[in-house]
Amino acid sequence: MSEATLAAPEPRPTATVAPETMSWDSRARRVVTIYLPLACFVVILLFPFYWMAVTAFKPNAELYDYKTYNPFWIASPTLDHIYKLLFETAYPRWLLTTMTVAICATFLSLLSSTLAAYAIQRLRFRGSQYVGLAIYLAYLVPPSIQFIPLATMVVQLGLFDSPLALILVYPTFLVPFCTWLLIGYFKSIPYELEECALIDGATRLQILTQITLPLAVPGLISAGIFSFTLSWNEFIYALAFIQSSENKTVPVAILTELVSGDVYQWGALMAGSLLGSLPVAIFYSFFVDYYVSSLTGAVKE
Amino acid sequence: MSVTAATDWSRVRPQPSALARLFDWKPFLVFICMLPAAALLLVFLTYPLGLGIWLAFTDTTIGRSGRWVGLENFEWLMGDPIFWSAVFYSVFYTAVATVGKFGLGLWLALLLNNHLPFKSLLRAIILLPWIVPTVLSAIAFWWIYDPQFSIISYILVDRLGILDHNIDFLGSTWPARWSLIAANIWRGIPFVAISLLAGLQTISPSLYEAALLDGSTPWQRFRFITFPLLLPILAIVMTFSIIFTFSDFQLVYAITRGGPVNSTHLLATLAFQRGIPGGQLGEGAAIAVSMIPFLVFATLFSYFALARRKWQQGEGND
Repeated sequence: MSEATLAAPEPRPTATVAPETMSWDSRARRVVTIYLPLACFVVILLFPFYWMAVTAFKPNAELYDYKTYNPFWIASPTLDHIYKLLFETAYPRWLLTTMTVAICATFLSLLSSTLAAYAIQRLRFRGSQYVGLAIYLAYLVPPSIQFIPLATMVVQLGLFDSPLALILVYPTFLVPFCTWLLIGYFKSIPYELEECALIDGATRLQILTQITLPLAVPGLISAGIFSFTLSWNEFIYALAFIQSSENKTVPVAILTELVSGDVYQWGALMAGSLLGSLPVAIFYSFFVDYYVSSLTGAVKE
Repeated sequence: MSVTAATDWSRVRPQPSALARLFDWKPFLVFICMLPAAALLLVFLTYPLGLGIWLAFTDTTIGRSGRWVGLENFEWLMGDPIFWSAVFYSVFYTAVATVGKFGLGLWLALLLNNHLPFKSLLRAIILLPWIVPTVLSAIAFWWIYDPQFSIISYILVDRLGILDHNIDFLGSTWPARWSLIAANIWRGIPFVAISLLAGLQTISPSLYEAALLDGSTPWQRFRFITFPLLLPILAIVMTFSIIFTFSDFQLVYAITRGGPVNSTHLLATLAFQRGIPGGQLGEGAAIAVSMIPFLVFATLFSYFALARRKWQQGEGND
């Protein structure tokens, strides 16, 4: 306290600014304040995946014996769990169902949300702002308050236990998201291009298919990969609407079919989780830039 | 001569067909464009929302359409301690997980906002927990929280020697509740961090330079530049986070299914348990409907926080 008051009369610029810029750039400080916490974050965020992978390739003898084997490493890696998963369960079938549902739902929602976003952002009819707001609000309706009435509807429509129910229901959360993302994207395309085309005598449909859509391809890709991932990850509807083992999607099937009795087959469970995550992770790695940019773009809108 | 020239000229641009003209008529085009999205959303989103509220006032069970029973379901829930425990845990779970996610997410975003090597690779890795299906990472957490072979217990007991017995993560009420919150925070950090990072990158560096010249401390720069300029995005991301944490289902269902002794039920898992396996659709719908006031409150809260912010900056509310 007394030191601070003594130091105060000294010339300020040299006393405060210069040491600060120096300490700001100093290496040791950077390591402690940035790299160390960042490393902790990365380790903690990735550890469950590492643990998943290590468990999936461990033989059962090592899995339940931490005294003789180091749990962080695999002494004799095995493909037993993966083999069991692929050939003794209906895993390929679940994978196929999930893929079909995800692709169909993505296609359906991409089609309808592109048209809706174009109408809201470019045709600008009376009240289009309110329609946009309503779609935004639709995104805020969580599936967990919808699954009970939807389950009764699905039963009445005769779609219970059919993947078609999922294809029709998934757009309820995909369409609002995609529309919102595409409205933002259409906004970034200069309107003058459409005006020029109008003057040249193009019809509105020609403008949409030949001018706006080709320019909006990156936005469409973003919306598509988001829809695909979201439908791959969806859980509560698939759990409520599908009963028979062969029609289940991967997340539901792994939780309900592989957990049998009191003894959990952790090796097989982890192998299932790993293989179920892998398709989205690979898909994600191809389009990572689109993910980041559209995620941040959607938030900024 | 001149007549043929005129016909030639008009043949270059023939009159469009009736169908093409119909598609060029704006009201019709708007109708056609809005039709698929509106139909999907009205049939599978708006109608179920109303149906759910109606079901909450009936005694529907699986296989039998119900009759109107008024507030009976809600009166029954009022006297149900499991329901109140689910309400309490839903609020507690949302509050603690949101604070955790935003505290750590903001910290991570500030770290990522520095000049770093392999920046895009780092961002890709950090988003991974958000991309992978929640249920599958929840199963990994279930295994991490195993009572006998938990890796956390192993590190604490055998490696570091801090404890002398394994932690029973999911066997009793409060450890199970905290374990679920930790898993939820783990899953939520990437989304918050990457969204806030986007907000941070829109802040002009010249503001920091000016503040540095004025002799500001790092805390002052955060408090008076970063935080106020980040607030609009923070409000949006927080609305989403609160709504989806409050209505969370997957994580709890995958790890504890509401146990031990119903202590970790969220409203969503309780609604599922009573509604689908239990068959009491009316009661399940009533539990689900009782989430709506909380969700509306959360939305309005963040909307007004956002509106106030815009008003202070003198921007239009569009």
